[in-house]
Amino acid sequence: MKLLLKRRSLLPGFGITWGISTTYLSLVVLIPLAALAAKSASLSPERFWETVTSPRALASYRISFLASLAGACLNALFGSILAWVLVRYRFPGRRIVDALVDLPFALPTAVSGIALTAIYSENGWLGGILASLGIRAAFAPAGVVIALTFIGLPFVVRTLQPAIEDIDREVEEAAASLGASRWKCIRLIIFPLVRPALLTGFALSFARALGEYGSVIFISGNMPMETEITPLLIAIKLEQYDYGGAAALAVVMLGASFLLLLFINFLQRFSVRYRLAEGT
Amino acid sequence: MTMAPDVGGERRISRSIAEPALVRWILILVGLGFLGVFIILPLAAVFAQAFEKGIGPYLEALREPDTVSAIKLTLIAAGIAVPLNLAFGIAAAWAIAKFEFRGKSILVALIDLPFAVSPVIAGLIYVLVFGLQGWLGPWLAERGIRVIFALPGIVLATVFVTFPFVARELIPQMESLGNEEEEAARILGANGWQTFLRVTLPNIKWSLLYGIILSNARAMGEFGAVSVVSGHVRGETNTLTLHVEVLYNEYNFVGAFAAASLLCLLALVTLAAKAIVEWKLRAEVRAKAERSR
Repeated sequence: MKLLLKRRSLLPGFGITWGISTTYLSLVVLIPLAALAAKSASLSPERFWETVTSPRALASYRISFLASLAGACLNALFGSILAWVLVRYRFPGRRIVDALVDLPFALPTAVSGIALTAIYSENGWLGGILASLGIRAAFAPAGVVIALTFIGLPFVVRTLQPAIEDIDREVEEAAASLGASRWKCIRLIIFPLVRPALLTGFALSFARALGEYGSVIFISGNMPMETEITPLLIAIKLEQYDYGGAAALAVVMLGASFLLLLFINFLQRFSVRYRLAEGT
Repeated sequence: MTMAPDVGGERRISRSIAEPALVRWILILVGLGFLGVFIILPLAAVFAQAFEKGIGPYLEALREPDTVSAIKLTLIAAGIAVPLNLAFGIAAAWAIAKFEFRGKSILVALIDLPFAVSPVIAGLIYVLVFGLQGWLGPWLAERGIRVIFALPGIVLATVFVTFPFVARELIPQMESLGNEEEEAARILGANGWQTFLRVTLPNIKWSLLYGIILSNARAMGEFGAVSVVSGHVRGETNTLTLHVEVLYNEYNFVGAFAAASLLCLLALVTLAAKAIVEWKLRAEVRAKAERSR
C-alpha cells in the first residue's frame, strides 16, 4: 500500500479506503464490463461484423444518432435561452422554474415515457393539435426526438448557467461604451465566452440521449427499421437469448459513448485553458 | 403592467448592456414555453390521467396487491443499493481527496464510467456474468442461487446506475477543504474515526446528503437496467417503474398513471430537497468566505 503513495501523510486510512474502493469498483463495474468484452470476443469476427452491420442494426444506429443529434440541437438552442433567462433576468417564479429544469434527472424514465406519450399521441393535449397540422408526433421518429430532448435538457442549462454567471459585466459595459450594439456584444463577446460550455452541454446531452431507453420505448412505437433505437435492439436480442448479438451491439454503443466522453474531456480541458489564457 | 424584468438584480449596471424590455419578455416567454411543453405538461398529464376517473379508482389502483409489492421491492432495492454506494463513496472520496497516490486519475475516471454506459448495457453485463449462460451462472444454478430475474440482480443493476453519485459530490468538496483540519485533529490525539466523524463529516454533510438524494432518486426510478435483469414476474420481481410499464401495456391507464404519480411525487420531493441542500451549501461557502476575510 505504502508503495502506491507518492507522499507520506499524517492521516490514516489510505490502505483500507483504497482497498474498499478498488475492490468494489472491480466487482460492480470492471469485472462485469470485462464479461461483456469477453462475450463479444467469443463471437467469430465474421459473426460479430454481420451482427453489428445487419440492416436492422444500421437502421437503429441511424435513428439513435439522428434523433439524439436533433434533441441535442433543440436543447442547445432552447437551453441557451433558458439558461440566459434564468441567470440574467428576474421574474416571478424564477426559482421554481430553475428547480424544475432538473425534473428530467429526477423523474423516472418510464414515467417520462408514458407522460410524453399521453401528451403527444393523437388523442393527447398536443398530439391532437399536431395531428390537425398533419404532423405525427408519437409512434414516429419525431416522438423519439421529443423524448430525447426531454431527458437532455438539464445538461445544456446546467453547464451554461455557471459560464454565463462568470461573464465579466465590465467587458460588456466597455463594449457598449465603445459603441457596440447589444447584438454585436452578444455575438462577439458573450457567445465566444460561453461557447466551450455550450459545446460541452450539447455533447453531454447527446451522450445521454444515445444510451436512453425508458422514455423512448413508450413514445416511439418501436417499429424495426423506423423508430427502433439501438438500446431497444439490445434488449430485444437479450429477450431472444441471443447474448452474443446483444454483447456485440453493446460494444459498438460503448465505443461510441467513450469516443464522445473523450471529446467532452477534451472540450473541458480546452475551456479551462481558454479561461486561464484569458486571465493573464 | 410596469414590472419589466430587472437585469440580473444589479441595477447599478448601466442600461446600455441590457436587452430592450421587449426582447427580454420574448426570451422569457420562449424559455418558459419550452419548459412548459417539455416539463410542466408531462407532469400535469400524469396527474390528469391518474385522476381521470376520480379519486376512488386512483386510491384503489394504489392499493392493488401487485402495486403494493412493487412499491415494497423498489424500497428494498434502493434501501440496499444506496447505503452500499454511500459507504463506497465515502471510502473512495477519503482515499482520493486526502492522499496522493499512483493511478489516482485512473480511479477518478473509472468511478464516472457507469454514467457513460447505457442502462440497458448495465443490465446486460450482469446477465452475462450471472445468467445461465454466464460466467457464474452454472455454478450458482447448482447451488440454487438466483441472481438474475431475482432481487440480487435488481440490486446489482441499481448499484451500477447509482454508483458515481455520492463519490462524485464528495471528491471535489473534500479536495477543496484540504487536510489541515484533519491533520490538526490527529496531532491533538484524535484517532482516525474520531477525525472523520468530528472533523470531516460536519464539513461534508451537505454534499453527502446531496449525493444521497440524487442516488436515491435514480435508484427508485431506474428502469432500463432493472428491466433487463428483472424477468418481469408480476408481484415478485417488478419494481414500481416496471410495474408502470406492465399496467400501461395492459391498457390499465388509471393504474399505470396512479403508480407513475407516486414516482412524480418522489421526483418533486427530490427536487425540493435538492434545492434546499444547494441553498445550504451556498450559505456555507459564503460563511466560509466571510470568516476567512
